[in-house]
Amino acid sequence: MSQQSFLDVKDLRIHFPTDDGLVKSVDGLTFGLERGKTLGIVGESGSGKSVTSLGILGLHKGGRARISGEIWLDGEELVSASPEHVRGLRGKKMAMIFQDPLSAMHPYYTVGDQIIEAYRIHHDVSKSVAKKHAIDMLGRVGIPEPTRRVDSYPHEFSGGMRQRAMIAMALSCDPELLIADEPTTALDVTVQAQILDLMRDLQREFNSALIIITHDLGVVAELSDDILVMYAGKCIEYGTTEDIFYRPEHPYTWGLLGSMPRLDREPTERLLPIKGSPPSLINVPPGCAFHPRCPYAELTGGKAGTEVPPLAETEGGHLVRCHLDKAERRRLWENEIKPVLETQ
Amino acid sequence: MTENEPLLSVQNLQKHFPVHKGLLKRQVGAVKAVDDISFEVFKGETLGLVGESGCGKSTTGRLVTRLLEPTGGKIVFEGRDITHAGQGSLRPLRRDMQMIFQDPYSSLNPRHTVGAIVGAPFRIQGVKPEQGIKKAVQEILELVGLNPEHYNRYPHEFSGGQRQRIGIARTLALKPKLIIADEPVSALDVSIQAQVVNLLEDLQNELNLTYVVIAHDLSVVRHISDRVAVMYLGKIVEIADRKRLYSAPMHPYTNALLSAVPVPDPRARADRERIRLTGDVPSPLNPPPACRFHTRCWKAQEICKTVEPPLEELAGGHRVACHFPENAPEVPAGSAGTPATA
Repeated sequence: MSQQSFLDVKDLRIHFPTDDGLVKSVDGLTFGLERGKTLGIVGESGSGKSVTSLGILGLHKGGRARISGEIWLDGEELVSASPEHVRGLRGKKMAMIFQDPLSAMHPYYTVGDQIIEAYRIHHDVSKSVAKKHAIDMLGRVGIPEPTRRVDSYPHEFSGGMRQRAMIAMALSCDPELLIADEPTTALDVTVQAQILDLMRDLQREFNSALIIITHDLGVVAELSDDILVMYAGKCIEYGTTEDIFYRPEHPYTWGLLGSMPRLDREPTERLLPIKGSPPSLINVPPGCAFHPRCPYAELTGGKAGTEVPPLAETEGGHLVRCHLDKAERRRLWENEIKPVLETQ
Repeated sequence: MTENEPLLSVQNLQKHFPVHKGLLKRQVGAVKAVDDISFEVFKGETLGLVGESGCGKSTTGRLVTRLLEPTGGKIVFEGRDITHAGQGSLRPLRRDMQMIFQDPYSSLNPRHTVGAIVGAPFRIQGVKPEQGIKKAVQEILELVGLNPEHYNRYPHEFSGGQRQRIGIARTLALKPKLIIADEPVSALDVSIQAQVVNLLEDLQNELNLTYVVIAHDLSVVRHISDRVAVMYLGKIVEIADRKRLYSAPMHPYTNALLSAVPVPDPRARADRERIRLTGDVPSPLNPPPACRFHTRCWKAQEICKTVEPPLEELAGGHRVACHFPENAPEVPAGSAGTPATA
């Protein structure tokens, strides 16, 4: 992760004080992303992936969140910037595609009006020019009859069309950073496939940096160049998509891979789930947050429960946060995990 | 699987929801949520019911458990016609037929303790287990992997996965013969999903349960089912044993569904053959005539718009409703061709 990445997140912490204690939703996250590349952020609910994306967009500002660390976007630091300044960047420099387009769109305004509004904030053009642009954008994301559809309300669209309209809105100002938070979770598989294809094509066309947040390893495998696996607010493994799928080194990543029934392999007798459930972010287990669920925790000689393991490089940019030493992890993967996963 | 009498047999089942409009609330149409479907479930097997939203899979589940009144067809459970059985005669039946719901948050009463929730079936059905209700409930809790000491706790004290276990415990209380599970794992995290899937399988082996699993996730369905039925707009378009359906699907829709599932294998993404359907599922209020899939099907021809393909057995236990099935064994001339000349 070089200094000059287009997006550089350094030691980002987003904590929420609550009556029950401090919720450390994001706790020391560091990553970088270049233009034209796609980063997949994977994790279970409550791992801090959505909070991270809202943090980058500056949407926690003015709330109760305590934010520290640095977010560099194209040479500009965002954490210390004023909310007004970040607001000026939203839409033009960075934009977001939300999970549920029905609640992310305003029901009283037509789809066209919502795209026009965003476009005119950043471009000094007349309404009719902006409307032409909106029609053009709707056409590009594959909405049939865009000239008629631009005057429709969100409820008149089907789920897949709404998601397309959301994408059109997010891309209307040609943002350089696009964050998609579970963009296909609310959709049916055949529509999901259409939307994933569309996002891939548009990203190539616009050469934007894309962060895709999801719990579905299949979706990240389809789109990502790099993958960041989050657990309890921390990055526990980071690497190229190949690293994560073919040479994963963290027991949690193994667990995720073993938990998924897969269509591309012969079915196994049993899935290999991770025991227990994700921790509460108020009471994150001491030491390695994953150790209560880790089948290999006792191999660390008691360190797992007391020391937080550092995020260390194992090879060429592949980072792992685990107390087990490299040789041991590779041995476990090659001898114990991979054979079981591959007989599937 | 025993190939004897089916535990549940559904024949030409229909559910049309009337649509009323205007001042006089006249019926202007009907949503054909389930339209003429037939299938059987045999003792000890798992039948998977897959399809996209709005295809009628959940309605089917609710019809079979008689939470909804069918508008046509027949439901036979253990040889008894229960299609229009009244509340009184349904109650004893509910002992043998239970349901697992999707959302473990809304399907448990927040004001009841776990003991009250799981013990409710005993009280409602007037069943007195010999060891007492409390003991029986604790045994079931243990069976589903919960601590028997959780008896006095409330649902909010549990995580999503544990709540789903509570729901499953309630379902199992009276040792039902048939369990209809409507999206039992889709609200859960990936790692928890696997736990619950394994639990359902273990319970099936231990208690000799029969499942109908309704889900939209094709990989989960493949994992737990023995046979799978694919639904599209209120119709079953294909039904076959799991291996056949996933390795040699015959209906174009099944093919498209399977190829749309993202595969967690980045090397495979380049050389995978994909079928991309265009558009969305049409509205069940006004489904396309004849073959309902013809508006999105790349193989559709004139006949598909005029003649509805019947659900026919093309290979052992493999039934398909399509004029131009794929992967089909040598079809004797006639079965697909006759309607064209008629």
